[in-house]
Amino acid sequence: MNTATKPADAPAIGSMSDNYPDKNGHFGIYGGSFIAETLMDPVSELQEAYEHYRKDPEFIAEFEWELKNFVGRPNPLYHARRWSDEGEGAQIWLKREDLNHTGAHKINNTVGQALLARRMGKKRIIAETGAGQHGVATATVCARWGMECIVYMGEEDIVRQAPNVFRMKLLGAEVVPVISGSKTLKDALNEAMRDWVGNVDDTFYIIGTAAGPHPYPTMVRDFNSVIGREIKMQSMEHMGKLPDMVVACVGGGSNAIGAFHPFLDDKDVRLVGVEAGGDGLETGRHAAPLSAGKPGVLHGNRTYLMEDDDGQIIETHSVSAGLDYPGVGPEHAWLKDIGRCEYVAATDTEALDATHKLCRIEGIIPALESAHALAYAAKIAPDMSPDINIVVNLSGRGDKDINTLADIAGITL
Amino acid sequence: MSQRRIAKRFAAAGESKLLIPYITAGDPDLETTLALMHTLVKAGADVIELGIPFSDPMADGPVIQAACERALKNKVSLVQVMETVKRFRETDNDTAVVLMGYMNPVERLGYAKFAELAAQAGVDGVLTVDMPPEEAAELVEELSSRELDCVFLLSPTTPDARMQQVFNMASGYIYYVSLKGVTGAANLDTDAVATKVEHIKSQTSIPVAVGFGIRDAASAAAISQAADGVVVGSVLVSIVGEHGQDKDTMHKTLFDMVNGMRLAMDDIQVTA
Repeated sequence: MNTATKPADAPAIGSMSDNYPDKNGHFGIYGGSFIAETLMDPVSELQEAYEHYRKDPEFIAEFEWELKNFVGRPNPLYHARRWSDEGEGAQIWLKREDLNHTGAHKINNTVGQALLARRMGKKRIIAETGAGQHGVATATVCARWGMECIVYMGEEDIVRQAPNVFRMKLLGAEVVPVISGSKTLKDALNEAMRDWVGNVDDTFYIIGTAAGPHPYPTMVRDFNSVIGREIKMQSMEHMGKLPDMVVACVGGGSNAIGAFHPFLDDKDVRLVGVEAGGDGLETGRHAAPLSAGKPGVLHGNRTYLMEDDDGQIIETHSVSAGLDYPGVGPEHAWLKDIGRCEYVAATDTEALDATHKLCRIEGIIPALESAHALAYAAKIAPDMSPDINIVVNLSGRGDKDINTLADIAGITL
Repeated sequence: MSQRRIAKRFAAAGESKLLIPYITAGDPDLETTLALMHTLVKAGADVIELGIPFSDPMADGPVIQAACERALKNKVSLVQVMETVKRFRETDNDTAVVLMGYMNPVERLGYAKFAELAAQAGVDGVLTVDMPPEEAAELVEELSSRELDCVFLLSPTTPDARMQQVFNMASGYIYYVSLKGVTGAANLDTDAVATKVEHIKSQTSIPVAVGFGIRDAASAAAISQAADGVVVGSVLVSIVGEHGQDKDTMHKTLFDMVNGMRLAMDDIQVTA
């Protein structure tokens, strides 16, 4: 167990991690920059800019100011007492990323990348989105700083996430439907990359997850690591020690890597990523590359992928659009292989049950993505001692999912 | 060691320039691909770039994406693509064949196995679009040890320092991407291409082929004045896509397009 002796070790909010991958962005065999030659120059430019500004006190100070005054950080670490008591097991704590401006952790990263884009003199912003949370967070920062915003979104997802599409348009973004491939997040990413290839001079691509060519996995991690740093400090405050376990959902893995990274050296803290089990891993209809995929190369990095025997990327399935992605951030792939983090899966049904439970018992509507992490915590907590503390990263709020929930319940809104 | 096929074609060309058509393998099926390869040769192809279909062709425009989707409907695999090259080699031992595609099918098969099968099939070179030299050492080693050429891309945005890195790894030819954009884009600036190709050729003895944005005999001829070879893809893939049901028209239209380019390129070289 952890002892209450190390509050000073927690880095200040906003300071950047020094645990960088190698200079070409490799985490073990994963990561790297697998991109066409036309993108090498803009990606190198971005690497140099990020390498510079991540150490620049003025940049860090401005990032921190935005997190506090625009995003509304720090958000609480909330003790879900009724849920904990009902399980008669471990204590469940919720890191309330759902209370951020725009309703999810995604804004941490878009603020950081938008600040970088401004410093690089790029005025046109492109992004991909699945559930629409990253699209909304990107549209928000573009409105905040008066930048042009184009969001690529799969046609399927546009139907599934209509409220977020409207929010993006309200914020002044152009939402471009993607009709290629499976018409979901991976295809939106392809399309954004194609846009970038054709517009490298004036365009900054804000990738929403901890994947893509170097430096994206590192940069997205760093901008989201504020989550884990706050969990650390707030755990010391509330529990007098570090938590025993941090649980987060993993699609591309940006909220999870943000929550986990500050704990990597705290070996007594178990770090558990929960992937989308869809209809169940045994059915093949899921989005859990770490649990049931193989290493390969997609979207600029080497990582675990959902693919067939010929190396073609296969369609994923999850009730939550935000986890419906066939790859995962390369740092997660590496953390799995070295055994520092554990990766499990929760099914659609388990996530839906956890959603309803949190609504009723704690008065919080979670995003379906975050509900996967809740489902795993709900499963293991009752068998644990009441002096064990589990932190679940509640990465987003569920307002965007009410249409999906109503559909499943057979209700027309 | 006998001279490699790609080098032989460049050496034999003399004043003439190489014509390098691209088609996606398995679009709409592999039998058609095999027949089309022979048609391309009759029309004047020196090297055929054969696309390995991939589910997520990030550097390609809508035309080649659609071709990949058509091929993948029939579950065309990398191994089957190489088997098709082997069948092509039964009757053609002169035309060079370069496989062009994305990393993941190659990763899945394994570098050594891929290189071995490619060499056995009579493949001459490999171009993996999403593998820059920084990540390529291992695959280049497997390919080079089997006398296969490693074709790399250079783009208008490649700085001089990186060019040297590409020259160190490339063989066969350098593929200069003529414009900032995906395949099939339209904004080709011939003068800018000529200047850049001249700049590249002043630093390397590896032949330079130019592709992206070449869509007719006139643009092929114009580009051939500056380059050692002309790569043409999307316009041919469109023809295959358009005439999927009518093979005779497909072959005739493709032949006319490629042969028109061949004649225009040769005519320019003669008058020059």
